[in-house]
Amino acid sequence: MYTFSNKLKMASFILMAVGLLGIGFGFMSAPSTVEEAKALVASHDEGHASEATHVVAEDHGEEAHAEGHDASHDEHLLHQLQNKPWAALYVAAFFFFMIALGVLAFYAIQRASQAGWAPILFRVMEGITSYLVPGGIIIFVILVLSVMHYNHLFVWMDADVVAHDKLLQAKAGFLNPTFFLVRAAIFLGGWILYREYSRKLSLKQDESDDNSNFKLNFRISAAFLVFYLISESMMSWDWIMSVDPHWFSTLFGWYVFSSMIVSGITVIAMVTVYLKSNDYLPEVNDSHIHDLAKFMFGFSIFWAYLWFSQFMLIWYSNIPEEVTYYVTRIEDYNLPFFGMVAMNFVLPILLLMNSDYKRINWFVIMAGIIILAGHYLDIFNMIMPSTVGDQWSIGIPEIGAILFFAGLFIFWVFRALTKAPLQPKRNPFIEESRHFHY
Amino acid sequence: MASHYEAPIRKPLVLGDKSYHDVTVDIAAPVEGRANKHWWIVFTIALVAFLWGVGCIIYTISTGIGTWGLNKTVNWAWDITNFVWWVGIGHAGTLISAVLLLFRQKWRMAINRSAEAMTIFSVIQAALFPVIHMGRPWLAYWVVPIPNQFGSLWVNFNSPLLWDVFAISTYLSVSMVFWWTGLLPDFAMIRDRAVLPFQKKIYSLLSFGWTGRAKDWQRFEEVSLVLAGLATPLVLSVHTIVSMDFATSVIPGWHTTIFPPYFVAGAVFSGFAMVNTLLIIMRKVCHLEAYITVQHIELMNIVIMITGTIVGCAYITELFMAWYSGVEYEQYAFLNRATGPYWWAYWAMMSCNVFSPQFMWFKKLRTSIMFSFFISIIVNIGMWFERFVIIVTSLHRDYLPSSWSMFSPTFVDIGIFIGTIGFFFVLFLLYARTFPVIAQAEVKTILKSSGEKYKKLREAGKPLYQINGGTVVKENVETAAKTKSDEKDVASLLDSIGTFDSSKDTADDLKKVKGIGPQMEKTLNQIGIFTFAQMSRMTEKEYNLLDSITESFPGRAQRDDWAGQAKKLNNK
Repeated sequence: MYTFSNKLKMASFILMAVGLLGIGFGFMSAPSTVEEAKALVASHDEGHASEATHVVAEDHGEEAHAEGHDASHDEHLLHQLQNKPWAALYVAAFFFFMIALGVLAFYAIQRASQAGWAPILFRVMEGITSYLVPGGIIIFVILVLSVMHYNHLFVWMDADVVAHDKLLQAKAGFLNPTFFLVRAAIFLGGWILYREYSRKLSLKQDESDDNSNFKLNFRISAAFLVFYLISESMMSWDWIMSVDPHWFSTLFGWYVFSSMIVSGITVIAMVTVYLKSNDYLPEVNDSHIHDLAKFMFGFSIFWAYLWFSQFMLIWYSNIPEEVTYYVTRIEDYNLPFFGMVAMNFVLPILLLMNSDYKRINWFVIMAGIIILAGHYLDIFNMIMPSTVGDQWSIGIPEIGAILFFAGLFIFWVFRALTKAPLQPKRNPFIEESRHFHY
Repeated sequence: MASHYEAPIRKPLVLGDKSYHDVTVDIAAPVEGRANKHWWIVFTIALVAFLWGVGCIIYTISTGIGTWGLNKTVNWAWDITNFVWWVGIGHAGTLISAVLLLFRQKWRMAINRSAEAMTIFSVIQAALFPVIHMGRPWLAYWVVPIPNQFGSLWVNFNSPLLWDVFAISTYLSVSMVFWWTGLLPDFAMIRDRAVLPFQKKIYSLLSFGWTGRAKDWQRFEEVSLVLAGLATPLVLSVHTIVSMDFATSVIPGWHTTIFPPYFVAGAVFSGFAMVNTLLIIMRKVCHLEAYITVQHIELMNIVIMITGTIVGCAYITELFMAWYSGVEYEQYAFLNRATGPYWWAYWAMMSCNVFSPQFMWFKKLRTSIMFSFFISIIVNIGMWFERFVIIVTSLHRDYLPSSWSMFSPTFVDIGIFIGTIGFFFVLFLLYARTFPVIAQAEVKTILKSSGEKYKKLREAGKPLYQINGGTVVKENVETAAKTKSDEKDVASLLDSIGTFDSSKDTADDLKKVKGIGPQMEKTLNQIGIFTFAQMSRMTEKEYNLLDSITESFPGRAQRDDWAGQAKKLNNK
């Protein structure tokens, strides 16, 4: 049995506390009037000489000359700055939720494909997926608050905007607050239901004297994957793509999936290595780590494949209503946009290419940190451009939100790990997994 | 060895009481035996279809592309549909051999050889279409960026059609190398068993001097992994680029970002269907039911079900996004697909590709061989229609309603398509008679972990080596029975090499002859051969008699030169 070390527990509390302060600071310092917003931007320009803000400053400097018709622009600026702490919160909340959801998908795939190497890691995966409950509730609360107009993350929720927008009116059959929340409830309900039921069967299998729980788990995992295939795509349209409600891409759902699964596997590897370094999971050998690292490597390439497919086709065709998505990102988010490609594709390829390195625990952790940071940036690049525009930064509110959710994630996951023995006993493949040798 | 351990609940991958030698004999049998009547009938049909196709190709090239059903609006139809269909089918081979190798799926070993052969043969069919469509196929080399004297003649690197040239030629060559690497130990096996010098010569050329040393195997495994690593991105790239032939355009229904992964999934889907079609027949005709088991077919059906569902998810995503986008042209393109003049093609595609694989959720259906065969054909048809729907329905409604038209194929279009099917089967049937159709060397590596016989022994807690004893006894009984029926042969054999008189002669230890083990010695003793002197008198005629009596290890006595060895041993 695993005991949650006080040191780690304390660390998670500190992360949450510091994170809360940062989030609070973000909300406190958000402007409430147009004047405040303008002052904030102006003071920023004086304070920081960074290139990105400079460009912004020049833009605004020029526009400030033509003051008359600029009221709507200033209003827009106010909305962006008011969105900023919300967007920071939402990106981090989604990122950590997505890790748990990615692990859930990976777990279901391992069960449905009857993989022989993985069962020894099932408890670790189940621990991580336990975060679906708090993470899902937080996301749902943020979405409800959006519907209640506490923020402007989803511009289509604003009735005034829709009234002047023919495209949004046409989409109202799908993009309307009630249906949106109903869908979110169905997705979250389905995922959590599978997670809890599968976990229950997994624990029961250890105590039973036949394989009926195992078989049932196999069946529900296969069925879940079908539900997941559909719900994951729709979730990504709802929760991410619709922040930019004019834009559309058929590949979007699978692209988000690739980000999700690679982050999930990375976290499985990290938690496993952490537990192993504390003398738990004695039978996990370097072949298991090697396999996880291979999946990190492989899915990083898969992510790049989908990223490139989406980017290249839209860039190549250059259709205005589509290409605007990348124009914004290349102009206003140049560094995070291309930096993410380096962190999610180039670095994992170079670092994890050599098979010896995939068996070195600390090396896998280092590569994992890069991958996680890169995929945080990926989500950042998906949400920020349409919510805060060129007013983005990675400052106290953003880092605060990351710290808070990291703390919550660590606390919840490791608390869940204490609830059952770390190694399944009676999984029919457990012997294969224990003897696994690449 | 840990890697030999397998959970008892896993189903066996080699059925029956098979020893290593049985595997060799079973898989060499179609190559060493003679073709039966059915083979000749099917081969003749395929050849006729092929020749018809050749005729249509000659007619096209000598007359012009005008012989096809293309028109000003639908200027790309049957040829590109067939091209994509054939390329797609090819994907299963590489997926099975490379991706399943990386995922350590043992069941791939029974099917990878034929799946890879299918890949190569179908890519050849695919490559035909662009070449014919050029109109002047003798200028086909113009698609290659080579320095030339024609001034500004240079390929257009912006065109996905050119990327196709690179992707498919690379894919074909890597697939060939991968296939051949796997074949080396198996060709060597046939070489070592070959009796006729001509066959021996050919198979020793084909096997590149494979010796079976540990070093050979170590290199073999290394190169297999490297090639698998190379082939995996390649298999993705090929259909990705094929999808870009359409998706980089601005044609409604073609320009959509999901195309690359969805084309790859569709390709794997159609490829597995074709593997199922071919192997369900082959396992029956070549008596390979013990190696390509119902379990294999079931797993392939599951892959078909998964990829079919992914493809279905992509169809629905496209449909939804067409509505969601608010782009009128996109919305019309999809409405027209489902309800326009080509509605039947759209619904054929939907029911064959999305609906029919869902039957595979039922264990009864996916383990039924007849049903699997039926669905595999349905999927092949459905995937042809998918390409037809994408290509023709998007083109036939131009932006200008005055140019709207329909496409109808001419007999030449149909003839060339039928011809490629004929060509494909000609190649596959020839392959089935001359190549080891199952990677026997690889199957042998899993025999002890996944063979039914060994699994049963392990379950019963018996040591695995016991079975050797068991088989020997059984074979001896068989040989004894045969010896009786072959009394005539025995008499004539002993006539020429002399009989053994136990009162005068002493029996030699025949095991000293290389190639004779205790079992063979017993058999020889039963026939009446006990001394080196007798054996040294054997010539080709006696060897053949011996083979026909023992019916085991045909050609071995001659290959190891038992007479020569015996002479030396006798003189010692």
